[in-house]
Amino acid sequence: MESVETLVAHIQGLSGSPEELAHLHNLLRQADGESLRAHSAGLLPFLAQLNPQAHSLGFLYLLEAFASSASNLRAQGGGDFLVTVAEFLISCSADQIRLAPDKFLCACRMLKNEVIQLNAPIRGIAPLRAAIRKIQTSSEELTPIHADYLLLCLLAKQYKAGLSILEDDILEVDQPKDLFLYCYYGGMIYVGLKKFTTALEFLHNAVTAPMSSLNAISVEAYKKYILVSLIQNGQVPSFPKYTSSTAQRNLKSHAQVYVDLASCYIKGSYSELEEYIQANADKFQSDNNLGLVKQVLSSMYKRNIQRLTQTYLTLSLEDIASSVQLNTPKEAEMYVLRMIEDGEIHATINQKDGMVSFHEDPEQYKSCEMVEHIDSSIQRLMALSKKLTSIDENILCDPAYLMKTGRERGGRFDYDDFDSVPHKYF
Amino acid sequence: MDVEGEVPAAAAAAVANGLGGAEPSPAPICAEQLDVEAYAAQYTGRTRLGRLLFIAERCGVEAVELEALRMAYDEIKRGEDTMFHRDVALKIKARLGPRYLLDQAWTDSINRRAEQRKEKLESELNGYRTNLIKESIRMGYNDIGDFFYAHGHLSDAFKSYIRTRDYCTTSKHIVQMCMNVILVSIELGQFPHVSNYVSKAEQTPDTLEPIIVAKLRAAAGLAYLATKKYKLAARKFVETGPELGSNYSEVIAPQDIAVYGALCALASFDRSDLKSKVIDNINFRNFLELMPEVRELVNDFYSSRYGSCLEHLEKLKPNLLLDIHLHEHVETLYMDIRHKAIIQYTLPFISVDLNTMAAAFKTSVSMLEKELAALITENKIQARIDSHNKILYARHADQRNATFQRVLQTGNEFERDVKSLLLRANLIKHDFNQRAGQRKM
Repeated sequence: MESVETLVAHIQGLSGSPEELAHLHNLLRQADGESLRAHSAGLLPFLAQLNPQAHSLGFLYLLEAFASSASNLRAQGGGDFLVTVAEFLISCSADQIRLAPDKFLCACRMLKNEVIQLNAPIRGIAPLRAAIRKIQTSSEELTPIHADYLLLCLLAKQYKAGLSILEDDILEVDQPKDLFLYCYYGGMIYVGLKKFTTALEFLHNAVTAPMSSLNAISVEAYKKYILVSLIQNGQVPSFPKYTSSTAQRNLKSHAQVYVDLASCYIKGSYSELEEYIQANADKFQSDNNLGLVKQVLSSMYKRNIQRLTQTYLTLSLEDIASSVQLNTPKEAEMYVLRMIEDGEIHATINQKDGMVSFHEDPEQYKSCEMVEHIDSSIQRLMALSKKLTSIDENILCDPAYLMKTGRERGGRFDYDDFDSVPHKYF
Repeated sequence: MDVEGEVPAAAAAAVANGLGGAEPSPAPICAEQLDVEAYAAQYTGRTRLGRLLFIAERCGVEAVELEALRMAYDEIKRGEDTMFHRDVALKIKARLGPRYLLDQAWTDSINRRAEQRKEKLESELNGYRTNLIKESIRMGYNDIGDFFYAHGHLSDAFKSYIRTRDYCTTSKHIVQMCMNVILVSIELGQFPHVSNYVSKAEQTPDTLEPIIVAKLRAAAGLAYLATKKYKLAARKFVETGPELGSNYSEVIAPQDIAVYGALCALASFDRSDLKSKVIDNINFRNFLELMPEVRELVNDFYSSRYGSCLEHLEKLKPNLLLDIHLHEHVETLYMDIRHKAIIQYTLPFISVDLNTMAAAFKTSVSMLEKELAALITENKIQARIDSHNKILYARHADQRNATFQRVLQTGNEFERDVKSLLLRANLIKHDFNQRAGQRKM
């Protein structure tokens, strides 16, 4: 049995070329398990002898062995140790750690748990972001770290930090649970930023992802999906037909309070909605959705005011207040003002006689920015449709697909299929 | 004196019927307008009785109610329907003196005779059936149907008439069968059967007599009216030929055709249809001549004199509420006509002064504003209200901007859909679905 010292020496000596690394990886794998774990408590000083960037693989093995014991973490964890881990995650070499992705994920998860336990989630954000970039082979790949990272962003209320990875389009997924969590947390981050359309997209993905049995994440996502739909569109669309039958059958019964809320909302009576929300406040509270529910309530005013802009050119604040069931013209003024500031309506308030004049959308689609915006949309869509075409071609060439379609035709080909030359040429 | 003491009882009876209580408001207006006798003279047969009873129930004025009941009583005595007789006698409650009481002796004798006649008819029919003579069987069923109809057993009559169907040999017989079934179905209020048998009658190979065609049109119109398909109903009524005259008085009077057709047309036709199918329609003009008020209001509507048109309508309303077929559609039709009038009024203008408009429609500015707002919300008027200056401005949608907006929106939707589609496709491709099932929850 080799001592830890010789192992460290090997690590220092064999971290150069890929061949050496492969050899080292074998050695480490042998050493891992009993021998390394036995000494796990004393591994911390050796870490200091290694350079996280040059000896990433060895460093990772020792780190993981050390962290695998909970008592070690309790004794040595906190302050300095976390700094060591964070530095390692930021500076490690991507090529080396990809040799042992499992170990790397363990290390990341350990860091996440530690910072949450220390109640300092913000400390984990930068290292984990670096870690995601290191372990990803392409920006389309979803790693298990994504969900952890987003969770930390949520806990630290650093929503903007989450955007850096949410803006990548995810297509490759390894574990379905990662995807559900990613969509759920992602939706929450966008809700936090009040970007409700994007939030809807994420939650929509969580609800409509294929599933053969119901899971708690999608139920929670569906609840939020209902609320955000109401805030954004004033109604909840029915399930699209590609939603798995499990979700279509079961989700509504698990979110009955929310479904009822939606039907109450559609009736358009503010007082009725308020009453309903108050009656069920504890249920919303226990789901941690009360804040969103309150936003749903106030969105009803906004929706009604928006409807007025379609009907009137000018309207007094009093009439606005009475037609959207606000108590005083002053309140109506506040709502209108806020909506003008948010760009949700185009209007001016004349304070002298208390009149609001509504305008048409001033956007004329003539400005350079608009043209650029349209152009970028076109480019994006063209790229997307190219991708679709290539995927379509791939499927058409897929042997399994051909087998299946061939079988559906009865497994036989008609004579006409082979006879491509018309008879008249003979 | 006796009559005066009965007033509260009459009110109580009206409430107990569940009808007078529901619509107390229009009651007092109609009393002086409706001449029950003239009205009843337009109809014959059971529909006359039905209409009289309907008026008695709905009008809410005792004088009219008793007048209607008295006429119904006299009419019934001439017929053989003992159940009707009992109904009416109970409703009169001895308010018309001793001449109008439940006549038990008459009832018994009629019933006895009816029993004998029924037996005779049935044995005759059995005889025909054993001899297997088609024509006789048909006649037998027909006679039994007539018998039941006369005695008020409508659903039995309906069944007997339907049975003649298997024994019809010529299209004339089929038409006769259809007309019988239609008549009974209208009385029963089974309007799906009415449209069903109207189309059966129209499908017979021989050309039909103009009178029959007109009757079928009127019946079809009634059926559509009952199912609230006002546009189709209007079509049928305006297509009804003048041959109808008073030949279909057991169902409908020509005056009714004019009213039903005109109201349904106003509520559902557009301007050009109104001109070509109603005003310039020579056939229908004959009907309109019978109801000068209705003719005036159609012309008023077409020449945009909405004020006087709505005024005429209001005048007609109490009588229409007492019409057995139209009463439940009056409110909807009036609402539709009013909305159409408002929409047509605003259509040619870029801006409309609400004060002028309110005057034209004889309403207040604030009420009009509310109506307009509702219509704009339903997207029936393309305009916006300047509530400050009380002016309505037409809104011309900017095609260019709208197109830009729609294109960008479609692009975004497409992008979103394709991305989530690719994601789902990838998930399915790797069969995560299955694994998810085993691992979670």
